[in-house]
Amino acid sequence: MSLFSSFWQPKKIRGGVHPEPRKAATSDRPIDVAFPMPAMLYLSLQQHVGQPAEPVVKVGERVLKGQLLAIGQGAISASVHAPTSGLIDDIMDYPSAHPSALPSPTLLLEPDGEDRWIDGLAEIDPFSLTPQEVCDRVGAAGVVGMGGAAFPSAVKLNLGRRTRIQTLLINGGECEPYLSCDDRLMRERAADIVDGINIMLHGLECNKAIVGIEDNKPQAYAAMCDAARPHGGKIEVAQVPSLYPMGWDKQLIRYLTDKEVPAGGRAADVGVLMHNVGTAYAVQQAIRFGKPLISRIVTVSGDAVRAPRNVEAPIGTPLADLLGFCGYQSEAVARYVMGGPMMGDALPHPNVPLVKGACGILALTETELAASDAKACIRCSRCVSSCPVGLLPLEMMTRIRAGQLEAAIGYGLKDCISCGSCSYVCPSQIPLVHYFKYASGELVSRQQAQHKAEQTKRLAEEKQARIDRYKQEQAALAAQRKAKSQQQKRGEAA
Amino acid sequence: MYILFAIISLTGMGLGLGFLLGAAARYLKVEENPLIDEIESLMPGSQCGQCGYPGCRPAAEALVAGDAPATLCPPGGRALAEQLANKLSIDLDLSDMEDQVPMVARVDESNCIGCTRCYKVCPTDALVGAPKQIHAVVADACIACSKCVDVCPTECLRLHPVKVTLRNWRWPSPEPATAKAA
Amino acid sequence: MNRLLASAPFARSDSQVQAIMKWVMLALSPATLFGIFIFGWPALLLFAVTLLSALFFEAACLALAGRAVKPTLLDGSALLTGWLIGMSLPPWAPWWIGVVGSALAIIVGKQVYGGIGQNLFNPAMLARVALLVSFPLEMTTWIHPAPLFSASAPGLLESFAITFGGAAAADGMTGASLIGHVKTEFSQGHGLSEALNSGGYAFIKSFLGWRSGSLGETSSLLLIGGGIWLMRKKVITWHIPLSMLMTVALMAGLFNWIDAEHYPGPWFHLTSGGLTLAAFFIATDYVTSPNSATGQIIFGAGCGLIVYLIRTWGAYPEGVGFSVLLMNSLTPVIDHYIRPRIYGRDHKGRPLELP
Repeated sequence: MSLFSSFWQPKKIRGGVHPEPRKAATSDRPIDVAFPMPAMLYLSLQQHVGQPAEPVVKVGERVLKGQLLAIGQGAISASVHAPTSGLIDDIMDYPSAHPSALPSPTLLLEPDGEDRWIDGLAEIDPFSLTPQEVCDRVGAAGVVGMGGAAFPSAVKLNLGRRTRIQTLLINGGECEPYLSCDDRLMRERAADIVDGINIMLHGLECNKAIVGIEDNKPQAYAAMCDAARPHGGKIEVAQVPSLYPMGWDKQLIRYLTDKEVPAGGRAADVGVLMHNVGTAYAVQQAIRFGKPLISRIVTVSGDAVRAPRNVEAPIGTPLADLLGFCGYQSEAVARYVMGGPMMGDALPHPNVPLVKGACGILALTETELAASDAKACIRCSRCVSSCPVGLLPLEMMTRIRAGQLEAAIGYGLKDCISCGSCSYVCPSQIPLVHYFKYASGELVSRQQAQHKAEQTKRLAEEKQARIDRYKQEQAALAAQRKAKSQQQKRGEAA
Repeated sequence: MYILFAIISLTGMGLGLGFLLGAAARYLKVEENPLIDEIESLMPGSQCGQCGYPGCRPAAEALVAGDAPATLCPPGGRALAEQLANKLSIDLDLSDMEDQVPMVARVDESNCIGCTRCYKVCPTDALVGAPKQIHAVVADACIACSKCVDVCPTECLRLHPVKVTLRNWRWPSPEPATAKAA
Repeated sequence: MNRLLASAPFARSDSQVQAIMKWVMLALSPATLFGIFIFGWPALLLFAVTLLSALFFEAACLALAGRAVKPTLLDGSALLTGWLIGMSLPPWAPWWIGVVGSALAIIVGKQVYGGIGQNLFNPAMLARVALLVSFPLEMTTWIHPAPLFSASAPGLLESFAITFGGAAAADGMTGASLIGHVKTEFSQGHGLSEALNSGGYAFIKSFLGWRSGSLGETSSLLLIGGGIWLMRKKVITWHIPLSMLMTVALMAGLFNWIDAEHYPGPWFHLTSGGLTLAAFFIATDYVTSPNSATGQIIFGAGCGLIVYLIRTWGAYPEGVGFSVLLMNSLTPVIDHYIRPRIYGRDHKGRPLELP
């Protein structure tokens, strides 16, 4: 067996596609830090995966830059801070950065133009803190995954502390087309990122980090190598092939550490934890300088944008302001996308605020979208060979179309990561990922309906039992009374 | 001769088996269709009467008899309709169910007089409150049976469509409604 | 909001069904043109009739089913099916063979299953086999190469008579295909070397395609070239062609090594009949071949094995059509059992155990 397996090494990378990068428009320009403060900031209380945050300020209150505005609730949540000083104008429902653009609770902050920081901001030595303090401060600073998932970072770090992490992986893959915010960040602020990685290693009590950078970013790779050199042996910088979805955490884990995360498990189960380079930077800012996560670098691109570039913008900026800053022609836009074109979300309109997890804002034209009606599946199996997970998208799709959701699970619906490789390669333009998202949602709805039906049944039975008991008690009472009165009668008669 | 044997043996078999069948029908008789019990166990059991039958058992009987469609139970929703159709092996036409928007009862607090009539009729204890105090609906338990709406003396109880939020929003099907027929 | 592309990805690769069909036809054209060149005007007439009737039947079926005719007709799949049938017919067969072939392929082979993507069997091979069984005489009348404008080639008018008028070809023109000739010789007790001699076999002639056979299957060189170009274009993968050709070559090599006088060697097999055409262009049909790479290798090997079995011990001299159809029927079974391993799970779909 060992002889066999030494010849038949399992392939490190499976599937994947090579979408046109389209990064050149933004990757060669420095990050634009001169974005003017918008007239109003819309701070969604749901910036992250999990429970929304609870406001701790009142309408009409004056707040300073970096002040805590809303505190995370429950196990998975993150706090929200003021991106600048100003007045809390309102707490209301405002369209959220979500494909439905449904209104969700949002804090409206009117900047006063002074941009005054909270008091007591000082640089500290992060390594004088205990590891647990590092994690707590990351949580207090409201840091979430900056690569798009927006998972609260402190929750991840705490999980890592519990399970003894051997390797911290830093994702600098940025495999999505158009996006170049991580690339620019690595080129311009490599030393800060490396500092952030060291702080995270300290917080995790771990002494090995690998930074994975796609080989189409040679300058970022060089900058990171330079910055990591003084920490040789502890922080390693590795090049990975340019292939979508190389930035899928489990793909990168297998490529860099040869470990495979079991289905339904987490990376921490195999002793690995993965953070984005943007997150490392945010952690550094939070711990060393005490600055909470109040702004982010976002790629503004797409053919409908005249001057595409990376912008450092405060959280809560209306996307229309950002697009306007980069000069976009709204009449040319066929689709607004938040995130990358492969996994991002379509937004019905740009009047939604920037959230912590948004790595890109794209205004795509009709030609870029190249959308056309879906044709019949010709079973070319390109979706099968492009799937990084090893699923059979065409079989899943036919089952879902026939309404057999359970059968689709048998082909791997629950393992789908919605990376979009299958839809990308489909020559019949079938929206495969849309089918899978629909089916997953439908399955959750059904489960909830099932749960509610059971609940209803239990409640109805309990109520019936109560009524029956009450009637019995009443009957028993009546019988007692009757017996008593008869006894009395008999006593009187006697 | 052979023909006679054949006739006799076949007649004998026919008689024997017929007798057996008759005996089985008599002694192994099932009082009621067991399917009805199974169907009833699937139903919500809240006896809310939204289907037009006096309770879940009569509805189950109607279903087994083929008098009612599988989509009869609004609280059960599509999930139940599919289960019922499966169990009864009948075709399911969800078209009239698609239009049904999930509803939930809500108390208009300015009008509630705390009469307690609503929570006495609620089959799932979804209404809470005390006499002379404003009542409230536990949305998770409400099955929108509208019994409370009927008894409320001040018309402060109304059914409202369930609000779509980020938490219960779901991806719509990628297929336009007409494509399914093709 | 635009109904299309409501969900990510908002980028598409440029390969479309229409482009794929176009590339396959482009890859087929050198071999087709060569076939038309060496078999003259009748071949061109038959080829044209087959293509036109394939398009006609497709359009008629779509109209009858009440579906949009134009978009489906323009995707090129019916044209390609007609093209492949044309390539696998004897070049001087009468016109109605082409029409019946197209009708069988499009109606019975494809549309009754529900159109493109739904059929179980390769339509072109279904038509070829049905024709071979129904009209054995017309389907096995082979022509010696007589290139266009050469002295032995029929003129245009004469060609019309051959294709549409049922005129018989001149006696000297017809003869068995090499693979059929060898089979007949064996049955008469002759050895291989004798049979190859009397059949006028030469490897290089056979490889280039200067031999009798179906319209477009003679030139292994051009077919292999087209196939490799398709692989470079990523229209097909190497799995099916390589495993199919390798299996035939290995079987032929093995038996030739055991008994050289009764079993022709690999080169003979690879350059005769319709093997290369089938390996690169017919067995690789998306709809009727398995999804996974492993499944495709099994499928190709199965095709190759059946080809060799039929050619060597079967009643027909050529078994390409039958082998592809038989393996087509196994495709659903292969797809059911051979699936890629899902990340984080073992081959049975259970989550991996933690180390």
